Amino acid sequence: MPSRADYRLSHLEELESESIHILREVVAEVEKPVLMFSGGKDSIVMLRLAEKAFHPAKLPFPLLQVDTGLDFPEVLETRDHWVARLGARLVVASVEDAIASGVVVDDGRTSRNRMQTATLLDAIEAHGFTAAFGGGRRDEEKARAKERVYSHRDEFGQWDPKNQRPELWSLYNGRLHAGEHLRIFPLSNWTELDVWHYLARERVELPSIYFAHRRRVFERDGMLLSEHPANPCRDGEVVTERTVRFRTVGDLSLTGCVESSATTLEEVVEEVSLARVTERGATRGDDRFSEAAMEDRKKEGYF
Amino acid sequence: MDLLRFATAGSVDDGKSTLIGRLLLDSKAIFEDQLEAVEATSRTKGYDYTDLALLTDGLRSEREQGITIDVAYRYFATPRRKFIIADTPGHVQYTRNMVTGASTADLGLVLVDARQGLTEQSRRHAVILSLLRVPHLVLAVNKMDLVGFDEQVFEAIREDFVAFAARLDVPDLEVIPISALKGDNVVTRSASMPWYEGPSLLHHLEHVHIASDRDLRDVRFPVQYVVRPKSDDHHDYRGYAGRVAGGVLKRGDEVMVLPSGLTTRVAGIDLFDEEVEEAFPPMSVVVRLEDDLDVSRGDMVCRPHNAPEATQDVDAMVCWMTREPLRPRQKLAIKHTTRSARAVVKDIRYRLDINTLHRDPEGSELGLNEIGRVTLRTTQQLLLDPYEHNRTTGSFILVDEATGSTVGAGMVN
Repeated sequence: MPSRADYRLSHLEELESESIHILREVVAEVEKPVLMFSGGKDSIVMLRLAEKAFHPAKLPFPLLQVDTGLDFPEVLETRDHWVARLGARLVVASVEDAIASGVVVDDGRTSRNRMQTATLLDAIEAHGFTAAFGGGRRDEEKARAKERVYSHRDEFGQWDPKNQRPELWSLYNGRLHAGEHLRIFPLSNWTELDVWHYLARERVELPSIYFAHRRRVFERDGMLLSEHPANPCRDGEVVTERTVRFRTVGDLSLTGCVESSATTLEEVVEEVSLARVTERGATRGDDRFSEAAMEDRKKEGYF
Repeated sequence: MDLLRFATAGSVDDGKSTLIGRLLLDSKAIFEDQLEAVEATSRTKGYDYTDLALLTDGLRSEREQGITIDVAYRYFATPRRKFIIADTPGHVQYTRNMVTGASTADLGLVLVDARQGLTEQSRRHAVILSLLRVPHLVLAVNKMDLVGFDEQVFEAIREDFVAFAARLDVPDLEVIPISALKGDNVVTRSASMPWYEGPSLLHHLEHVHIASDRDLRDVRFPVQYVVRPKSDDHHDYRGYAGRVAGGVLKRGDEVMVLPSGLTTRVAGIDLFDEEVEEAFPPMSVVVRLEDDLDVSRGDMVCRPHNAPEATQDVDAMVCWMTREPLRPRQKLAIKHTTRSARAVVKDIRYRLDINTLHRDPEGSELGLNEIGRVTLRTTQQLLLDPYEHNRTTGSFILVDEATGSTVGAGMVN
């Protein structure tokens, strides 16, 4: 409990307080918020903060998940437990459905991850959401380092990095025109290690794939990928069984895992604090295309 | 472990990005893949050394132009503290970005090149940090290696700056000779400058005392959101959510709610599912009151004989942040704590030259990146403290009602 002689908060308490302030500010000011929930560790932190921000009331907004059709089953299971425990409303926007209805074109070359953007924008528009909470952090990637907590998107869902609203003190500007929306990033000031310290403190349920387990994997571009029908091996790639865990959770075909023996939150914290490669560099094929891969995807309307 | 936010301003030429790169690298906040990417780019561009600035310039246009345009936030931690750096550009055309970065900073870091001494730019940075009431200031005299680690050079710059800072509000100043490129006095004390007896930059950042920077006397609790579960389990629960902006709020305290002026007592303070005895800045809590008063977002809880000023007339320093100038009679939206209203510009009393501190009363408008003293009249009462007493209840933003953009930042006099 943060009560002590010197009236100081720990850095985790201060980050938590800042994020809760942002969540409440959006709900107080913006008409129709939604929380983008992937089931990954960052969105679980988001859900925990939202639970705390509005307690003892239920969440004053639904959750939106973009289902790539290639999600890890362990992640969907955790999602369902959280939704049931909080009595939350879940909206699922499916990439498969978007392809079927022509919103998204599957040309056989574009990754599922990239098709998520169009599906997401379509769902935001269809439901009339005006603010979408995301678990993005500024430490993840250098384009994200420049992003505001309240990130304004035009009627095409685009981010204009050179024309962002100044964001001063903790005074956020939630003003919108019809058709525009905001992406809200309450975890902007958190690092990967902060997230893990917080999860270790809160002891909430996480998908089991974040912890060491046996898995059939093969190597591609220096990453370890899961054996899966959607992920056929190419020539020369050999499947072996190893003890691994995931550092990030995206779609199955792009998210790599790392060899690890960390089976508890404490061991994961220990491992993350010793890691010498960023989580995205180590395990995300989608960020490896160019130095500005994230900036380009974000301009189009990615998370 | 606590948290320190600091702002840096400067251009690539001052070695600012190199310094940040050095802090990140030496505290192991930079990962191997990030370093490899920067090394590869530096080689492609034909540089002789790894350009650490490439780590911090995040946008494609910034890398192309080799300059920092926007505020970038960087993170690193030592066993003692977690740090958030607001890295801002130094050029006058980006004053608004500097103001933005300084608004949340506990400490401001001004860099000068030892070969050049104080420049207009370094004076301007110090002025902005002082206007934004950043409580701690560090002047890092960089590139000491290029002046032969000469104590006389350092002393001359130090004296020059101390004389200049005397005209500003600088409560705490530390001057440190460094070489960001070579690492002298950045993380560890330099062997090349035995005459310098002060701390290394990182040691100072880790130990600077920030606990007393907040106002723990004057209770200020802007009501942000009313929590009413309307469920069977919590049928009568009514709590006021917000972030403590000043003072220590305790259970049982007699409090006054503004603007109504009605008084009651604190029935309880909730932090998620536990009840706490007291709340202090910057805690986000839910406060329950003993009496059933009409309290809503935008109201402020304070103590009966210690209240902010409730007024529709605002006298403030305003930094203007958009191309179209600010003019008398202009109407804008204003957001102050959790309260939003409309405002009309009554008068622009003077424009401040942020290089010389000269006040120009002739200026009838404020252009982009200019700072001036402005009076506003608002459609409803705001609950104001002077910015010098409270950076939360003394600050506001101005929003263009047509474009929705944030166009001004205000600090109450």
